[in-house]
Amino acid sequence: MAALGHFNYWVAIGLMMIGLYLVIARGNLVKKLVGLNIFQTAVFLLYISMGKVIGGTAPIFAEGFTLYTNPLPSVLILTAIVVSVATTAVGLAIIVRIREAYDSIEEDDILRRDEE
Amino acid sequence: MIASNLPALQVVVPLISAPICAMLGRGRTAWVLTVAVSWTALAIAIALLIRVETGGVIDYEMGGWAAPWGIAYRIDYLNAFVLVIVAGIGAMVAPAALQGIATEIAPERQPRFFAAMLLALTGLLGITITGDAFNLYVFLEIASLASYALVAQGPDRRALMAAFQYLILGTIGATFILIGVGLLYMMTGTLNMADLAARLPAVAETRTIYAAFAFIIVGTGLKLALFPLHMWLPNAYAYAPGVVSAFMAATGTKVGVYMLARFVYTVFGAPFAFDTMPLGQILMPFALLGIVVGSLVAIFQDDIKRMLAYSSVAQIGYMALGISFASETGLIATIVHLFNHALMKGALFLALAAVSLRLGKTDLTAMRGLGRRMPLTMAAFVAAGLSLIGVPLTAGFVSKWYLVKAAIEAGLWPVAVVILGASLLAMIYVWRVVEVAYFRAPAANAPAAVEAPTTMLIPILILAGGGIYFGIDTEVTVGIARAAAMALLGTSP
Repeated sequence: MAALGHFNYWVAIGLMMIGLYLVIARGNLVKKLVGLNIFQTAVFLLYISMGKVIGGTAPIFAEGFTLYTNPLPSVLILTAIVVSVATTAVGLAIIVRIREAYDSIEEDDILRRDEE
Repeated sequence: MIASNLPALQVVVPLISAPICAMLGRGRTAWVLTVAVSWTALAIAIALLIRVETGGVIDYEMGGWAAPWGIAYRIDYLNAFVLVIVAGIGAMVAPAALQGIATEIAPERQPRFFAAMLLALTGLLGITITGDAFNLYVFLEIASLASYALVAQGPDRRALMAAFQYLILGTIGATFILIGVGLLYMMTGTLNMADLAARLPAVAETRTIYAAFAFIIVGTGLKLALFPLHMWLPNAYAYAPGVVSAFMAATGTKVGVYMLARFVYTVFGAPFAFDTMPLGQILMPFALLGIVVGSLVAIFQDDIKRMLAYSSVAQIGYMALGISFASETGLIATIVHLFNHALMKGALFLALAAVSLRLGKTDLTAMRGLGRRMPLTMAAFVAAGLSLIGVPLTAGFVSKWYLVKAAIEAGLWPVAVVILGASLLAMIYVWRVVEVAYFRAPAANAPAAVEAPTTMLIPILILAGGGIYFGIDTEVTVGIARAAAMALLGTSP
């Protein structure tokens, strides 16, 4: 049961592996980028779930509540989400340029065309 | 007022200038601003280094929020020195950039190119100056995102795939660091590096901290292109615009090495990294492999830019090797080599940018007889090349000397032999260029090439001259490196 108690970590690790697998195994550049996004999101979940205090409420001052969830990890991840969005935007912009230059977004095709 | 806020200005000035640069309509105006900003950054970095030398460690609280809640900047000998390296290379590359990208990037895209360059400078300076682990991640991503954009500007379409690969591997590396920092926060409840160092020993013997260490080392390994995590580097450097290669090769990986040293020695501490965790046994073989494989592969490259990229993999091996000794001499070697390698690779890649401007390509056959047509550029190339080999009276010799000394101190004779053997390999690949440039007649249909434009030539000559000067006068660099190494190891001078 101890292992199940850490189910948030299992979820994060599972998602992380799915993301990394996509990045490595897929030849389609957009799919690679989506894999990268899933990988990053898994890390965000890891951060946010570690700030959770069982029985704590949202960190807003109010009458009658004394136990709050730690807001810092959530705030950090807000920054990391911005970074992740920016990475995706740059990645997609590069993919658009790749498609203009090669007329393909399949890694194998692109590498073959350069060898020709 | 300004003097007390120098640590913030170091990062804020280039950061604010980047969007202004992007909004400027013309490449030349943006260039003037970039040059002004990069020289301001260098002036600030030098002022900070002098202040560290006279007054000791500078602690700066961003926005007046006290650490550990606010973001603290902490400047000691090591990062003050790395700041000077990064800002110095920025100040050398920026003037050369206008001519360097003239044929590679369309005029209407030039302002945005300069904006990306300033952002990369911001990120690299930020990584170096910050004393907060999460802040480091944010600056790392600023620097990386700007670098992906810069690499993608390369004239060849293969630059796009190189940038995409760099983006994938760079993001994985940065995310690994993010995981590591998160695990550290989980166990200690702080992100401030000084605080982390104080609180880690109490919880060091836990699997969470072991995992955090592993994630951070692999993440920084990806960022600094430590063999075998260097797969992104050769293509990125080979296809990026010439001045971008010069800027990234001389700063990006240096900051990566700085991150590694900072995490290993300041945050985790040498006893944890080398006794509890087997960092020395892992880092040293990979560093040596990187040195040998990088140098060997470099010999067989026909494109000189790609050759220098593989040579960078080897040189990064030298720096990682110095860290893996966990000794004062080893650290001195690494820190001195940070500086020396920035000088020589900056000079070499800038010289190649000038060659590429005049010839349109940088492969070996095109460079036949170039020694006569671009005498000053090629003379600088040779001087920096000698430094790369480690010939006495060049800067490269100083770092190799300390590295060999560290290997002998550690009783590792075979390592010293590998270091010296790899110098011979470096001699082969530098010689290939020298032979072609000086002892072959140019091809009959070769384009007429003249000397590089003055704005490029002066930085090239300054960097190459620096490589000689700091090989003869070693007092400044070794003195600072010694103080930095002592601070890292926690031994007072």
